[in-house]
Amino acid sequence: MNQPNYKLMIIRYLIEKEFKQLLRNPILLPVFLVLPVIMMTVLPRATTQEVKNLHVCIVDHDHSTWSARLVHKLSAFPFFSSTWAASSYREALHHMEAGRADFIIEIGPGFERELVAGRHSRLRIAVNAVNGVQAGLGSSYLMHLVADYAARLQAETEGTSGHGAAGIEVVSRCLYNAGLDYKAFMVPGLMAMLLTLIVGFLPALNIVGEKEKGTIEQINVTPVRRWEFILSKLVPYWCVGGFILAYSMLLARLAFGMVPAGSIGTIFLFATLFTLVVSSLGLMVSNYSDTTRQAALVMFFFLVIFILLGGLLTPVASMPSWAQTLTLANPLRYFIDAMRALYLKGSTLRDLFPLCRALAIYAVIVWTWAIVSYRKH
Amino acid sequence: MKAKPVIIAQGLTKRFGTFTATDHISFHVDKGEIFGFLGANGAGKTTAMRMLCGLSRPTEGTATVAGFDVCREAEQVKRHIGYMSQKFALYDDLTVYENLRLFGGIYGMGGKAIREKAVFLLQELGLATERDTRVQALPLGWKQKLAFSLSIFHEPKIVFLDEPTGGVDPVTRRQFWELIYRAADRGITVFVTTHYMDEAEYCDRVSIMVDGQIEALDTPSALKRRFGADTMYDVFLRLARTARRT
Amino acid sequence: MKTFTVFVKKEFLHIFRDRRTMLILLVMPVVMIVLFGFAINTDVKDSRVVLLDHSQDELTGRIKEHLLASPYFTLAAEADEVSAVHRLFRENKADIAVVFGAHFTEELTRTGTAAVQVLTDGTEPNQASIRSSYVEAVLASCLPDLLPPGTAPAAYRIEPVVRMLYNPQSRSEFNFVPGVIGLILLLIGAMMTSIAIVKEKETGTLEVLLVSPLSPFVIVVAKLVPYFVLSCTNLMTILLLSTRLLHIPIAGSLAGLVGVTVLYILVALLLGLFISTCAESQLAAMLLSLLLIVPTVYLSGLAFPIGSMPVALQRASLVFPARWYVEAARKLMIQGVEMRYVAGECAILAGMAFALLCVSWKLFKTRL
Repeated sequence: MNQPNYKLMIIRYLIEKEFKQLLRNPILLPVFLVLPVIMMTVLPRATTQEVKNLHVCIVDHDHSTWSARLVHKLSAFPFFSSTWAASSYREALHHMEAGRADFIIEIGPGFERELVAGRHSRLRIAVNAVNGVQAGLGSSYLMHLVADYAARLQAETEGTSGHGAAGIEVVSRCLYNAGLDYKAFMVPGLMAMLLTLIVGFLPALNIVGEKEKGTIEQINVTPVRRWEFILSKLVPYWCVGGFILAYSMLLARLAFGMVPAGSIGTIFLFATLFTLVVSSLGLMVSNYSDTTRQAALVMFFFLVIFILLGGLLTPVASMPSWAQTLTLANPLRYFIDAMRALYLKGSTLRDLFPLCRALAIYAVIVWTWAIVSYRKH
Repeated sequence: MKAKPVIIAQGLTKRFGTFTATDHISFHVDKGEIFGFLGANGAGKTTAMRMLCGLSRPTEGTATVAGFDVCREAEQVKRHIGYMSQKFALYDDLTVYENLRLFGGIYGMGGKAIREKAVFLLQELGLATERDTRVQALPLGWKQKLAFSLSIFHEPKIVFLDEPTGGVDPVTRRQFWELIYRAADRGITVFVTTHYMDEAEYCDRVSIMVDGQIEALDTPSALKRRFGADTMYDVFLRLARTARRT
Repeated sequence: MKTFTVFVKKEFLHIFRDRRTMLILLVMPVVMIVLFGFAINTDVKDSRVVLLDHSQDELTGRIKEHLLASPYFTLAAEADEVSAVHRLFRENKADIAVVFGAHFTEELTRTGTAAVQVLTDGTEPNQASIRSSYVEAVLASCLPDLLPPGTAPAAYRIEPVVRMLYNPQSRSEFNFVPGVIGLILLLIGAMMTSIAIVKEKETGTLEVLLVSPLSPFVIVVAKLVPYFVLSCTNLMTILLLSTRLLHIPIAGSLAGLVGVTVLYILVALLLGLFISTCAESQLAAMLLSLLLIVPTVYLSGLAFPIGSMPVALQRASLVFPARWYVEAARKLMIQGVEMRYVAGECAILAGMAFALLCVSWKLFKTRL
């Protein structure tokens, strides 16, 4: 037998075995097919921080023409899905505590009179601020609406329409996501998370599973080298990763018509690097664990931290600086950033070079670590 | 002149913390021999065997297996041995043939060689019809025979068997030992640990471990003479009674 | 009773022996609370602004000064042309751009109004809207500074007086803490418990237990007790951390909150039992629990408001126990409402517990 050929063959047999086991598993195949569908078509609709369907309760103490017009204008406000009328603040608060109202708007008794006389009136707004984002954005929309209404009243009474108030008008244009669609923001991030789940979690359970069954002993007494064994474990997951990514990109296109603005090649380059990182991380965890349960829990723990500190749900830029420093050690952060930039902004590989370099360095480190931490003794 | 022994152990010791599992054992095994490695549970058999297979590093002492040092050349050792663990350890989600193909491949056999040998072997085992059955569906006795055949599939110099016949019926055990004899006839050295004293009688030479040390090592008939016993069972009981650890 | 305690002890030993698992189960809530309390928030600050000034005069200079003096903005770059702005956006080096046209100052002094263009990186839509509203606010506040005195016209003003109830500083941890409790308890209850039971199935020890003279009911309860204790420990840790470390007051009745949580723990444990009757291997148990936990994260209002979801998903969220728990916990913990306001949620959780008990009991008996 000649030597180089012999080495190549070993790895071929090992990879063949891993593929067979992977595809034969009665649970995994359905997971590969169904999980992406859920994550790409259902979750983006659920993971929205958009402010809409708010419930508002209006207490009108004034009962004047102008207050009635304001109430009417509020009910037509697109962010409000339902408006209630209450006769007192107490009653309105009761609605809020029972979960039927997010906003209480109280129009004071002298609303119209004050406006006519002093041109200045107050409107009391109480917000359920348990969810701060929703409360903040909702009330800022509400303030715009009220300011608008005041300008309208003024224009009507003074008969001036063309020339408005002096000021600087802000013409705002939102790039890359003109429709302010939250789904567009979530889809690339969810793709990253899907890859992490499948390509990170399953390898973590793999070696530990062989340890529990005892089959790893049988491999350990053979002349298989560490890197051969680890590589043969990883290759199938890389293929699965590639398939899952292509599949979920297709699903995103079918479900939301989302097509990446950047190059698909660059997306796959990033995905390859990222897959390399998380699958090696998974195997590392597997190497250090004794039982499936332990491996799963450790992996889950890291995944939660990766996801929380990866900017999937909340922006990295909003974190305090120590947490932002921590995110530098988080491969998911680089990948999510890259995926969003590639999908929405059409960034090029040159734009994203620092991210690419970071992931590549990461990959080399964890891949070496995974090999070294696998002990045949 | 006799050929050089295929296994030489000298002062082989393994400690786990303060506990000495294997305490300075020395012995050698000749080519083609069936060497029985006996001892009560916890006497240190499995630890010794794992060191010889290169699965665990000795704390002290040296051993060579097939001419290679188990510390420094563990990977070379692995190329020339076969191993069957006490826990059934084939991939049960692969078929009989796929397991053969995997392990044949790992030891560097070509695809054609594997195919030819597999046909012959399955015939011999009477498993020809089960070629494409997943291993999990086989009865235990068959699995055990398959595991043994697999451990010598690549024609190693030595095969290590760790309590290979645990939990199988006497008829199957008999058949199993026939397989062992056939392997030994082909010149494969067999190193086997067992609990069954009738099996000890089948061995060429037997060593008995007590508390991490080898208390007796000879042919079964010589041992029986020395202890004035009729069966290996009595020999074992005499020695095992002196044990301090259970 | 004695045999029962023996069983419970054995179960505890399983958990304690596995140091790493134990450690993670106890540390996980601490880490999550610290991250949610100190690291995770949605404040928009330090937006990196690109200035593109075609006017380049004294007036735009003053406006730019005002912008950069505000705590919301830091300068990313001064650009010469729009393409540079796009490049900075693509490289993730800027969040917002303010563009002054060539005739900005002339128009403002002549007509009293002028327009600036604001370009935002809309990748995250909420952040984009908030950033552009900050620009508006800064510009509005510096207007009196820019115009000659007396030109600012009087207008009808309706001044909204906004009061943030329950969470005056809009701290995101107020929203997240009840969710974290809901998630961790589900993790322990459903995932850990189901894996523990299935493991005994795999190794065959469950059969050994079941042929013992003990009734299967006792065996199952003994298996659940340690996880119940673990859940309660975690609940205590979380409540202590969130009140002492994050200074989130428990606005409502503590007893009520604990009561509802215990009910929820029960549901989680029963879910674990249910999963274990369905799964044959540890891997299957784990995947099934993940199939429960992952949608829970997204559909139960832990992080994403249910009200913003499409109607079909709002309906789907009804079947997740965590949805009801988180709602009740938020009401009790943050809003401080009276118990009667959470009666509905409690009834639903109790109903779920009962249904799960019946179903898994039946399955448990027939499958084993």
